[in-house]
Amino acid sequence: MLHLSNGTRWALRIGTAITLTFIYVPLIVIAIYAFNDSRSQSWPIEGLTLDWFDKALHNPGVRDALWTSLKAGLGATAIAILLGTLAAMAVARHRFFGRDTISFLVVLPIALPGIVTGMALNATFTQVLGVDLTLFTVIVGHATFCIVVVYNNAVARLRRTGTSLEEAANDLGAGPWRTFRDVTFPQMRTALVAGALLAFALSFDEIIVTTFTAGSEQTLPIWIFTNYSRPNQLPIVNVVGLMLIVLSIIPVYLANRLSQDPIGAPGATAGAGAAARG
Amino acid sequence: MTRNGDSAVRLVGARKAYGDVVAVDGVDLEIEADEFFTMLGPSGSGKTTCLRLIAGFERPDGGRVELAGRDVTGLPPHERDVNTVFQDYALFPHMSVGENVAYGLKVKRIGGDERRRRVAEALAMVRLTGYEDRRPAQLSGGQRQRVALARALVNRPRVLLLDEPLGALDLKLRQQMQQELRTLQQEVRITFVYVTHDQEEALTMSDRLAVFNDGRIEQVGEPAEVYEHPVNEFVAGFVGVSNIVEREGRRFTIRPEKVRILDDVDASDGLRVEGGQIRDVAYIGAVTRYIVDLDGGGEIQVVRQNLEMSSQEALEQRGRRVRVGWRGEHAYAIPGSQQQPEEEL
Repeated sequence: MLHLSNGTRWALRIGTAITLTFIYVPLIVIAIYAFNDSRSQSWPIEGLTLDWFDKALHNPGVRDALWTSLKAGLGATAIAILLGTLAAMAVARHRFFGRDTISFLVVLPIALPGIVTGMALNATFTQVLGVDLTLFTVIVGHATFCIVVVYNNAVARLRRTGTSLEEAANDLGAGPWRTFRDVTFPQMRTALVAGALLAFALSFDEIIVTTFTAGSEQTLPIWIFTNYSRPNQLPIVNVVGLMLIVLSIIPVYLANRLSQDPIGAPGATAGAGAAARG
Repeated sequence: MTRNGDSAVRLVGARKAYGDVVAVDGVDLEIEADEFFTMLGPSGSGKTTCLRLIAGFERPDGGRVELAGRDVTGLPPHERDVNTVFQDYALFPHMSVGENVAYGLKVKRIGGDERRRRVAEALAMVRLTGYEDRRPAQLSGGQRQRVALARALVNRPRVLLLDEPLGALDLKLRQQMQQELRTLQQEVRITFVYVTHDQEEALTMSDRLAVFNDGRIEQVGEPAEVYEHPVNEFVAGFVGVSNIVEREGRRFTIRPEKVRILDDVDASDGLRVEGGQIRDVAYIGAVTRYIVDLDGGGEIQVVRQNLEMSSQEALEQRGRRVRVGWRGEHAYAIPGSQQQPEEEL
């Protein structure tokens, strides 16, 4: 254990407290406003009510947006699991020309500004391919960065488990597909679930790429964005905001738990870092 | 070990490089059926790569791998009739002991009663009956090692490859497992190809052994032959401790236990005797090791059993002038040693 002087220790404590305050106090404010008795938003709130939850759940706009967001998240996650796993297997288990470059290119979208990804996809869909902007284009757009978290988790796990288990299966007569099914996949399962949960969380609150690829589709974040400036919708917006917080935190929390199980991978930390992108 | 019929394993000019590093540099090797064959060498000498070439985990850059007379060079591991016991055991952590052992049979679609019977037999063979439902993580190192052995042997392969299987065990368990492995091999009559860097292990267990160095085989032979008649200095030095003495332009190797320190009364009939001075003494329990500077040049290590000598007496020998002697046939001239000076130029 590192020994710190009393002064340093207090400085670190205060720093940590300030950081946590900055991050969580605004979220708590939103959470409290969701229970605000009054239609007008002012601090401190006058009373508590659950009315807005009822209204939000019965609001067709909210329900449609929630449904769209779920479909987009599930679709993007499905694509990410499939392609992310394949890319991870290729990079972690095979030697080929340009492997390091490909590994870099797969991870790159997480670093690209979302607005550029959005512009690029928009131009490609509408002008080059001539497709209408629908849920499908949202899913493809989200998949570009969802693949990264699944890939990162899968590659980390594959590198950590090494090849000796697969060699043992080969040695006992299992061909490549059988080996993947019986040995490789069970070894990476928790890493894939963690990656998928993070991917879903990323997709669920994404707004920049969505704006460029959604056309007339409204995801939950877009619904919030368009309704935030309407005073009579604001109480419901607060409720939806709280829902988004909860639905994003749960998968991230679960992903972290999964990464800590006995055969867990350190890869989820890379994924959690990526989740900050939102 | 009959010479008729095909060898169980045959490497012909096998070569394997990783980038610029040549791991196996043209190895020719024949391993007979039912033989306990050891590939001995320091780390990086190519012995494990050779094993991996036989298993099929690596493809040779050149040369051929044959199993029972059949060229398997292009076959993947799952199509070769060999099984491997891995250094790290490589037990499937998500399967029970029983499932691990049954895996090879399951893949080969051997089902039902026969599978259960053979798994039970294999576990009994390694004395792990009743451990079927445990997970590998719940076992000790020695138990894991035995599961790995059962998982390989249950398939009744023609050849069993063992990659330093005892490396992770402590000394006592190691010696016990050496015994068990040897007994097991004689019971099951399967060709064992055993990789180790431990010369004692190689000498005690093997029918024959190959000494690897720098991607090549230096010598192949029965343990006694390799120990007593090493073909070069590397083998002499790696397999046991050896003295190298140069006399009349030729180099001889003499094992330390073959050299006697002669007391004045001892007869020196039939011995080659040289004078010298004891430079160093190390008392090692059962034996004492002396380093003697020879008057004729060079030094010689002598190991003597502490039959009557106390540690005090042994240590007092330091600095004494002595005569050392050995029988002529125990000083073995290293073949080709006369070319040695040329090579060094």
